[in-house]
Amino acid sequence: MNENWPLYEVFVRGKRGLNHVHVGSLHAADDDMALHHARDLYTRRNEGVSIWVVRSDAITASSPDEKDPFFAPSGDKVYRHPTFYTIPADVPHI
Amino acid sequence: MTAALEEHFEATVAHDQRIEPRDWMPEAYRKTMVRQIAQHAHSEIIGMQPEGNWLTRAPSLRRKAILLAKVQDEAGHGLYLYSATETLGAERADLTERLIEGRQKYSSIFNYPTLTFADVGVIGWLVDGAAICNQVPLCRSSYGPYARAMIRICKEESFHQRQGYELLMTMMRGTSGQRDMVQDATDRWWWPSLMMFGPPDADSPNTAQSMAWRIKRHTNDELRQRFVDMTVPQAQALGVTLPDPDLQWNEQRGSYDFGQPDWDEFKRVIGGAGPCNAERIAQRRKAHGEGAWVREAALAHARKHAATSPPEASLRTAENDRSGVEVGEGEQA
Repeated sequence: MNENWPLYEVFVRGKRGLNHVHVGSLHAADDDMALHHARDLYTRRNEGVSIWVVRSDAITASSPDEKDPFFAPSGDKVYRHPTFYTIPADVPHI
Repeated sequence: MTAALEEHFEATVAHDQRIEPRDWMPEAYRKTMVRQIAQHAHSEIIGMQPEGNWLTRAPSLRRKAILLAKVQDEAGHGLYLYSATETLGAERADLTERLIEGRQKYSSIFNYPTLTFADVGVIGWLVDGAAICNQVPLCRSSYGPYARAMIRICKEESFHQRQGYELLMTMMRGTSGQRDMVQDATDRWWWPSLMMFGPPDADSPNTAQSMAWRIKRHTNDELRQRFVDMTVPQAQALGVTLPDPDLQWNEQRGSYDFGQPDWDEFKRVIGGAGPCNAERIAQRRKAHGEGAWVREAALAHARKHAATSPPEASLRTAENDRSGVEVGEGEQA
């Protein structure tokens, strides 16, 4: 048998109050082993309080190129930003 | 079309932005990255062996626990780096094959033997010290996954260097026999450590392209000089002599002048004729072969389990903060 263990992506929550962040990948035979390997590989020094693992082939990703038209719709809507609106300087707390 | 992509790639690199896995990149860049990161990963994996030999012979439980943690870190570093190569389309199993068939290299430093326990200390001090010099600039390497792996690795290398130096300080406070061991290990590891930075700039044809792509940030000779300047005062504080008659402070340059390593030896060791090349590869091949049944059994177990249990969400989570079920939770700003 010459088959490889599937690839998993690993996400770690550094501490309470923070989002899980992608930290890398690893190979494991199944989900439970992936969790254990992720603990051993990515949290040897208290780097996390929570881990997610997900098979890499289950992830759907956008094209990463910044020029990609996929992200174009958010580029021309400056009115979504607070700085778009001019407010007199003497109006407080706004 | 390719011209536009290439232009965009060059502009991204020139603006000191990172190249990410699914970005378009020139084939030569991809190849160079895979080769460099794989070679780096192999070095970490083979690098477990010289010190691993001392795990069962460490002089105290404290030293043993430290050494175990360090060797485990080296394995971890290898895995972070293999993970980075896989973002470029490389296959882990294929890279392992290349290593044990001698088709890909690893750092020549690991082809030298560890003759006494003082070698464990000197490896931490000099070999990991040189590695830190090499690796800190790589944290700003243009390839994102590589740079991120290096940040993680550099954080851990600091422990490696300090445990080595502390070990040596302890031995230097011991008997004259122990002090002699430290000096002997220093004599043997000094020149191979200087070789870790690679050949002199004049003989390093790939450096210019790697600098242009911002894979490398400094030339081999610049990093070697930096290492020597950092290390001399450490050797003085330790009370050992570095085995180089040409080593002296150059007031004008504000740096130490030093002699050249034996570059013929360097080429011989890279070419496979170092004292431990055959042993290191044989050991790695044996470990890989002996682990085959474990890999197969785990896969068989996973299959059996998947066939008998109901399907579940593909996302597995481990919590010790008990903050509730995390599956599907949105990413808050």
